[in-house]
Amino acid sequence: MHRQLANMKQTLFDQGYLDEQFIQLEELQDDANPNFVEEVVTLYYRDSARLIQNIEQALEKSPLDFSKLECLMHQFKGSSSSIGAKRVKSECTQFKEHCRVGNADGCKRTFQQLKKEYATLRKKVEVYFQFARQIGPVEKACRSK
Amino acid sequence: MNLGVNSMSVTTSSASWKSDAVSDQFPAGLRVLVVDDDPTCLRILEKMLRNCRYEVTTCGRAEVALKLLRDNKDGFDVVISDVHMPDMDGFKLLERVGLEMDLPVIMMSADDSKSVVMKGVTHGACDYLIKPVRMEALKNIWQHVVRKKKNEWKEKDAEQSGSVEEGDRQQKPTDDADYSSSANEGNWRNSRKRKEEEDDGDDKDDSSTLKKPRVVWSVELHQQFVTAVNQLGIDKAVPKKILELMNVPGLTRENVASHLQKYRLYLRRLSGQPQNGLGNSFLGPQDSGFGSISSLNGLDLQAYASSGQIPAQSLASIQAAALGRVTNKSGIVDQRNIFSFDNPNMRFLDGQQHHSNGKQVNLLHGIPTNMDSKQLAALHQSGQPFGNTLMNVHSQSGQSNSLLTQMVQPQSRTQMLNEVGGNPVLNFPSSVGQPGLSQAIPGSVFSRYGMDNNNVRPLTYTSLSQPTSVVEFSRSQGMELSGNSIPLTSNSGIPSYTSKGTTLQEEVNSEIKGSRGFLPNFDAFNELSQNRTDTWDLQNVGSTFETPQHSNIQSRLDVAPSVLVQPAFTSDHRNGHIRTTSVNKAAFSAATSLGNGTNFGQQLTPSHADSALRIKTERLPDMGFQNSLFPDQLGQDDLMSTLLKQQQDGLAPVENEFGFDEYQLDNLPV
Repeated sequence: MHRQLANMKQTLFDQGYLDEQFIQLEELQDDANPNFVEEVVTLYYRDSARLIQNIEQALEKSPLDFSKLECLMHQFKGSSSSIGAKRVKSECTQFKEHCRVGNADGCKRTFQQLKKEYATLRKKVEVYFQFARQIGPVEKACRSK
Repeated sequence: MNLGVNSMSVTTSSASWKSDAVSDQFPAGLRVLVVDDDPTCLRILEKMLRNCRYEVTTCGRAEVALKLLRDNKDGFDVVISDVHMPDMDGFKLLERVGLEMDLPVIMMSADDSKSVVMKGVTHGACDYLIKPVRMEALKNIWQHVVRKKKNEWKEKDAEQSGSVEEGDRQQKPTDDADYSSSANEGNWRNSRKRKEEEDDGDDKDDSSTLKKPRVVWSVELHQQFVTAVNQLGIDKAVPKKILELMNVPGLTRENVASHLQKYRLYLRRLSGQPQNGLGNSFLGPQDSGFGSISSLNGLDLQAYASSGQIPAQSLASIQAAALGRVTNKSGIVDQRNIFSFDNPNMRFLDGQQHHSNGKQVNLLHGIPTNMDSKQLAALHQSGQPFGNTLMNVHSQSGQSNSLLTQMVQPQSRTQMLNEVGGNPVLNFPSSVGQPGLSQAIPGSVFSRYGMDNNNVRPLTYTSLSQPTSVVEFSRSQGMELSGNSIPLTSNSGIPSYTSKGTTLQEEVNSEIKGSRGFLPNFDAFNELSQNRTDTWDLQNVGSTFETPQHSNIQSRLDVAPSVLVQPAFTSDHRNGHIRTTSVNKAAFSAATSLGNGTNFGQQLTPSHADSALRIKTERLPDMGFQNSLFPDQLGQDDLMSTLLKQQQDGLAPVENEFGFDEYQLDNLPV
């Protein structure tokens, strides 16, 4: 079971959904906060939903306020990077680049992509956490992998 | 990690602002305030910091964070803030915290572009972390706290030891305790903060944020200060009362005290103006270093001027002084005047002069290490009045001396100080060329201010060009020295010097003796000069050198005394330069052994002109010189002029004797 969990995690890493930061978070987890990572990720999704909404609204404006978009996206990127959401983060970077050059279409396109990655990751980590909870503390032992 | 487990339970309450418990297991218990609008990041940081066993308080908004900080002065050791926040720019918060609380602030951002990082640096951030922040990065944030505290203490020392006359200064130590947790007390380091300060001025008013952190003495604030001082009367103006009168929330007694020190120096300088009318001449920029200072000084001066306290002239002189240009004798005079403003001690030559002298002396102090040798050397080489050399030295090191300019942020001072330490001497030679005794009034002034940063305030006001100034200089030096020496050598204050004036002599004597065999000359010096006021200066100078320098400048002293002596000799025909030279030599060698040289030298330098002259006389007796100690102190002017002349002529030979150049180089403890 542990191995299964470990594999799940490994896959997430291999597929680039998560990065080093995620491991940092896991390392913070301890007996006093056994579900720390899950808590943080949940917090992330809750808070980032707001950001996503803001960006969406901003994207609907015409003409686009690129600096504002870039600023919003910067926040989102920071958040995403702090949980280790690798793919989401790279979409953010791309989005910001589009903003920088004033590519409205690029922004919109990238944003759609970003949302997709965002949603995918969410599902995957949810599964992961669910599984981890089932396994329980033992999971720690596998963490090293 | 298991680290955090225990601590977590302890620090669960984010509102734990207790400032206790930090000491034993430092850095555990470090009180961190984290500000980030991103809750995810905030949570992660909180956890990470808890795992480091720090006491964490989180905050999602900058305004809230500021309030927290203001309400809990000393409640935090370090602040970590995000750069991009919706309600307030992270940099703005950084500035505010720095100004008001003077806590180390670490910036964070996902943005790692150089420009942003640079912005962080220029705004005074202790560190800049790139998000996502890793545990390792947070583990070492305590270093910033330590570093800052260390600097604060140094500053405090500088200030405390700096002004002899400031009685309240002594109180500082007690206040220091308050600051132990963080924040320098009034570092006027940040000139840039100053500007911001103006903007923040309004904000500052009510929230008592000015706990101790850098106080930017904006024009308005300074005006208030000056008004208060005038109300009380400059002699009666004590920080406590001034503080009350000013009624500026957040301003601490320490802030006022340090500012008062500077102000007094400034006034002295100004008041010295009339004497020689030098004031304006000060501007003669001798040392390039002062350029910057002058601008700074100019600011202060203006501020002062605006307060109506300082006559325009004074401003000019002060500026000049600040510039360290003092080379002009006249300039020195002004400075001197200023110094003597409220220095009762400096009575030596003429009330005012003393002050200036003293000030200069201080300068020297400030530059303990380098100055000594270099200064001496410079003096000789340039044959210029000692004062000049001092100036140079000072100026160089203390480019940012703007002693006068209180506004000169402490930073500049520190810089100067640093410079001093680094190469004070180097500068010296170049500046030496100054004609007058440009006593390092600036220096002294500088020192008076209690070099916050490092005691060494390079200000090379050495414009004590006038012989009289020299005398005074030495006197003041002595006095100042005590004040300054503290910073310089990190001695805690030259206790003996506080008693300027007559006591100087005594002090000098004692100091001299105490200073480890400082220079035999000086001892003799003291004896000789007992009667002469003139000698005092020298003595004081000498003594000051010795004492403060004991610690540090042992080597310097050697240089200094000898150096000083030399120039004096040359210029003073009357007594036979030779004597001085011999004295110098003796002193020189003695000094070397003392290793106090640095301070000594520094001090000496400013008063070179004076001290040199004096030393000659004094020393001679001991040294077995011909003793033609100047039977009467030639008027300082005379002395100075002769000295100068001689220096120019005779320096060369003198120098050779001591092989100063080499000596200096070697001795520079830098």
